Amino acid sequence: MSSKILTFTLNGETIRVVVEPSDMLADVLRDKLNLIGVKKGCGQGECGACTVIMNGDAVTSCIIPALKAEGAVVETIEGIGGPGKYHPLQESFMDLGAIQCGFCTPGMIMSAKALLDKNEQPTREEIREAISGNICRCTGYVKIEKAVSTAAEKIREGK
Amino acid sequence: MLQDYLIPETVEQALSHLQGGKGRARVVAGGTDLLLDLANGKKEAGVLVDLTRIPGLQEITLEDDLIRLGAAVTHNQVAKSKLIQEKASVLARAARSVGSLQIRNTATVVGNVVNAQPAADAAVALVALGAVAEVVSPSGKEYIPVEKLYAGVGKSVLDSTSQIVTRIQFPALLKNQGSAYERLEQRKALALPMLNVAVVVSLADNRFQWARIVMAPVGPGPVRATEAEAILTGADVSLGNIENAAAAARAQANPRSSALRGSREYRLEVLPVLVRRALEAAVVRAGGNC
Repeated sequence: MSSKILTFTLNGETIRVVVEPSDMLADVLRDKLNLIGVKKGCGQGECGACTVIMNGDAVTSCIIPALKAEGAVVETIEGIGGPGKYHPLQESFMDLGAIQCGFCTPGMIMSAKALLDKNEQPTREEIREAISGNICRCTGYVKIEKAVSTAAEKIREGK
Repeated sequence: MLQDYLIPETVEQALSHLQGGKGRARVVAGGTDLLLDLANGKKEAGVLVDLTRIPGLQEITLEDDLIRLGAAVTHNQVAKSKLIQEKASVLARAARSVGSLQIRNTATVVGNVVNAQPAADAAVALVALGAVAEVVSPSGKEYIPVEKLYAGVGKSVLDSTSQIVTRIQFPALLKNQGSAYERLEQRKALALPMLNVAVVVSLADNRFQWARIVMAPVGPGPVRATEAEAILTGADVSLGNIENAAAAARAQANPRSSALRGSREYRLEVLPVLVRRALEAAVVRAGGNC
């Protein structure tokens, strides 16, 4: 019997879930924990759609073995805000039209959040580096960049 | 199918897991290459032994002018490290060019070497720095130059079912030494190198004491442009000598045309330009004039 219990902090709560050693984190989040905001685009760590924040860093969850998250602190898009209390990034993405089909959006926002959590005043280059691992086929990235810098401003003002 | 995923707390535990696996257990760190190889059948494993939580392996240290990187040190750690930026900038630049931020947060520099791809950016820079790997196995500890770790394209001399690279170390660059990294790539992120060149030079009185010039993918592993290095050894720092070295580097390169890396012809044209640029930049950083 190869299943193991994975224990980790997910969106602020301690979670215990049964996983197989061959499960990837993205699949556990989506299929066992119903967090389908974590998208699978390529399954190879090359598109960024599956980006979550693990121990403060943006990572591509589709190639992270689930058991590697033992004891880790993980955040997904579902945990950063929602109707009634959106995260500034969610608000600015919606307000500025930085979303078209929406498939890249959760991963894009998580990459941006990982940046803003560490750096409240990112330069344009820093924003671009932070999202350079997130591919968007629809928008051309201009509004996405603007949404990230607008959110950064909101966060600074909110303090 | 993986039967187990183990996270040992010491190197000894890791070795013991590998031995217990009898060839079916293998080392994993970031896993960004390995997990893909397992998924498409290029490599096999029944058990993975994750090194990244072993205390001491997550550090970048400087002691007696020797920089050591533990097996769990990520590309992003290296790219952002002030120590590496100041005393081994070629490695910081090389690490920064790999994949995406997400990949760099997960993938380790030691893993980049052990995975043995010919143009692995961090590995190419480490060869230019004269780096040595500390390798641990049931028979003890040995030190192998990174340059000697390549058995063929994508094949390391190391056996990841029984050997563990715990650290990689190299001399910190001195004030009269400089380094540079150049990369030909299709995109600024999420792109493998079409060509990469890493250079370290040591100067005295505006002459080259020595130079290490490493280029890839122009052979089964990172290739030292030894004839170019010989031209520069003892030579005046001058554009003429640098151009000659660049031409000699081209003569020693053997790129193959491929859809992944680009045509042989195009890359042979670009390679000497990258070598020249890297030498010029390294010379400037070493305090020279050319």
